[in-house]
Amino acid sequence: MTTVEGIVAATRERAANFRTCQFTGLKVDIGAQRLIIANAVAAVVFLAVGGLMGLMVALTRWPAVHLLPAEWFYLILTAHGANVLLFWIIFFEIAVLYFASAVLLNSRLAAPKLGWLGFVLMVVGAIITNVAVLQGESTVMFTSYPPMMARPHFYLGIILFAVGALIGVGLFFGTLMIAKAERTYEGSIPLVTFGALTAAIIAVFTLASGAIILVPTMLWSMGLIRDIDPLMYKLVWWAMGHSSQQINVSAHVSVWYMIGALVLGAKPLSEKVSRGAFFLYILFLQLASAHHLLAEPGISAEWKIVNTSYMMYLAVLGSMIHGLTVPGSIEAAQRRNGFNRGVFEWLRKAPWGNPAFSGMFLSLVMFGFIGGISGVILGTEQLNVLMHNTIYVPGHFHGTVVAGTTLAFMAGTYLALPLIFQRDIIWPSLARIQPYLFGIGAAGISVFMMGAGTLGVARRHWDINFTDAVIGFQHSPGAFLMMGMNGISAILAALGGIIFVLVVVGTALFGKKIGPGHKMTFPLHSSAAVVSKYGSEGTIKLPGTIVLVTIFFLSFVLYYFVNWKYLSDLWLFR
Amino acid sequence: MAVTSPERRVWWNEPVERVEMIWIAVALLWGLFMFFFMIAWHFIGGQNLSTEAYRVVPSVYQNKVDEFAQKYQVGDESGTPIVRPPAGVDIYLLGRLWQWWPVLQLEKGQSYRLHLSSADWQHGFSLQPTNINIQVHPGYEHVIVLTPTEAGEFGIICNEFCGIGHHTMTGKIIVVDSKAEAK
Repeated sequence: MTTVEGIVAATRERAANFRTCQFTGLKVDIGAQRLIIANAVAAVVFLAVGGLMGLMVALTRWPAVHLLPAEWFYLILTAHGANVLLFWIIFFEIAVLYFASAVLLNSRLAAPKLGWLGFVLMVVGAIITNVAVLQGESTVMFTSYPPMMARPHFYLGIILFAVGALIGVGLFFGTLMIAKAERTYEGSIPLVTFGALTAAIIAVFTLASGAIILVPTMLWSMGLIRDIDPLMYKLVWWAMGHSSQQINVSAHVSVWYMIGALVLGAKPLSEKVSRGAFFLYILFLQLASAHHLLAEPGISAEWKIVNTSYMMYLAVLGSMIHGLTVPGSIEAAQRRNGFNRGVFEWLRKAPWGNPAFSGMFLSLVMFGFIGGISGVILGTEQLNVLMHNTIYVPGHFHGTVVAGTTLAFMAGTYLALPLIFQRDIIWPSLARIQPYLFGIGAAGISVFMMGAGTLGVARRHWDINFTDAVIGFQHSPGAFLMMGMNGISAILAALGGIIFVLVVVGTALFGKKIGPGHKMTFPLHSSAAVVSKYGSEGTIKLPGTIVLVTIFFLSFVLYYFVNWKYLSDLWLFR
Repeated sequence: MAVTSPERRVWWNEPVERVEMIWIAVALLWGLFMFFFMIAWHFIGGQNLSTEAYRVVPSVYQNKVDEFAQKYQVGDESGTPIVRPPAGVDIYLLGRLWQWWPVLQLEKGQSYRLHLSSADWQHGFSLQPTNINIQVHPGYEHVIVLTPTEAGEFGIICNEFCGIGHHTMTGKIIVVDSKAEAK
C-alpha cells in the first residue's frame, strides 16, 4: 500500500487539466490526450512505412512481377516485420493503454513526463533499428535467429523501443492506482480497461523476455559473448515474439468491446464470462513459444503438447468465449435498439456505413475464421510438420495481426479522431469503403498465402522458380496462381491502407474542429452519453449469434480433420 | 456498457447467460478433444516427429556425412554425389550454405534412420511436394526414422532464411520402387 501512496503522492504535484467530453461525459486529462495523439500518430507513420514495404514484398513474391532484387527483398522483408509487427502495433497499444486507463476512468494520467520519455525512447529505438536494416548488414529477418548475426544497433534499437514501451505500461498501472486512490470511478474497472490490463500484464512478460534474449544477443554481436545457442534463443525470443501477439489479441478484443459499446450501446452479456475469458489469457497465453519449436530437434512430445495447446486449449477457450460474447452483446444491443425481426435483422441493419463498426465486425469475423482456426491447426503438434516455415505461417499471422488486430485498430481510430483528436472525419465516403477494401485485401493475402503454403511454398523466399539453384525444383501451377492472387490481394490491402493514412492525416490536419453541439459524421450511440447507466444484459434471446458460432464451430471441426487427413497421407516418420 | 464500470459492484455473482454456458461447455470439450487427439496420434498415427537428438560439433557431423557419402555413392548429379544406402541403415543429410548434401536414393517402403544437421546456420528441411517440414539447427543432430511411401523424385528446398543464397538452396531425394526395378 505504501508504494501506491508513494506513486500517488509523487504525481500529486501536477494539477491535471481536464476537459469533459460532450459525447460520452467522460473527463479527459489533456496530458493523457496529447500522449494518446502522439503515440497514435507515430503508430500510423510506421504503419504507412511498414505497409508499403509489405506491398513490395508481396509484389516480389508474385512470380509474374518479381519486383525487387534478392538482396533488397530480404532487406525490405526484415524491415517490414519490425515496422508493422512491432512498431505500428505497440505504439497504438500504448495509446490504447493510456485511453483505457486515464480516459475511461476519468482520471489523470500518472507521470506524463515519463510518458514522453517512453515515447522518445520508442521513436529513437524504432529509427535506430530501421537505420541498421537499411544500412544492409542486418538482413536477419525480424526473428534474427542465431548464428545469423546483425549489427549491434539492430538489437539496440529494439531494446530501446521495448524499454520505452515498458515505461508506457508502467504508466498504465500507475494510472490505475491513482484512479483507485482518488476514487474517480465506482466499483470495478470497466471491461475494456480490464482487457487493457490483461494486455499490460502480458506486455510485461513479453518485454522482459525480449530483454532477456536481445541483450545477450547484442553482446554476442559486439563480440563480448562467444556463443548463443540457437534453440535456447528461439525458446526465449518467442516468449517475446509470440506472446506479444497475445498483447494484440487482448488489446483488439478490448477495442471490439469498446466499439460495440460506443457505436451500438452494447453491454457485455455477463461481466463474469467476458472477464473470465481475459483472465484465461493471462494464465495461459505465454506458453505460445512452443508453437515455434514443434519442428525442432530434441524437445519432448509431452512438453510440446502441453505448451502448444496453451494447457489443454484454455487460452483458445478464452478466444472462443469472446467469439460468442462480442457478437452476442452486439445482437442484444441491436435488438434493444429495435431491430428485433427474424434471426438477422440486427446484423443487416447494423451501421455498416460507419467504418468504426464495419472495421470492427470484419476484424471479429476474420480473426476468428482465418487467423484463429489456422492458428490452432498450425499449433497442433503433429500437423505443424505440414506447414512449418511454409508461407502458410505468414498466411496465418496476417489473418490475426492484419485482418484482426490492424483492422480493429483502424476501426478504433475512427472513434479516436473525433473523440481524442477532436476533429471530424474528412472524406466520409472514402472512410466508409476503407475497412472493406483493407479487409478484403487482408483476407485475400491470408487465405492465398495459406493456400500456397499447403502446396509447399516456403516463406521468406525470393524465387519460387529456383532459377539459380544447381538442383532445380518446380512448384505446382497452383502455387504460382496462389502467389499471384496474394499479390493482387496485397494491392487491395495497400489501397485500403493508403486511404486509411490519408483519412487520418487529412482529418488530424484539416478535419473540422469539433465544438459544442457538433454532430459527428459517424455518430455514437445515444446511450454512450449516459455514463451513469451501467450493467449487464437481461435475458434476451440471441438466435443470430447462435447461428454464427455454430457455423464457426463446424468450419473449425471440418478444417481440423481435413488437415489430419493430409497428414495421414505423408511418408511415415517417427 | 463495456466502457463503464459494472452495475453490480460484485460482478462475479452475476447470473451467466444460458447460451454462454452452453458455448463454454462446447468449446471446453472441443479443446480437451484436440488435446487428447495429439496424444492419441502418438499411438494411432504414422507421422510423429522423433525426439531423438544429439549435440554435435558441426565439423564432426560434416565428416560423418562425407564418410557416409563416399561409402555408398552410386552416381553424381550436377556435382553432388548420389548416394544409395542399403535399406535400414543410418543415412545422413547435411544442410549448408546453400545446398542439401548429398542426393539420397531410397527404396519405397523401407525405413531409414535419417540424421539431419547443419554445418553453419539454421536451415529448413522442406520435402516437396510431399510437404514435410523440419527445422535444422547447427550443433544438433536430429535422428528421424523415415519411411518413404511413394516412388519418384522429391525436391528438398530450404524454408528457413539463410542469407542471400537461400532461394538457391535445394537438394533431392530419389525414391525407387524396389519391385519395379527387379523386373
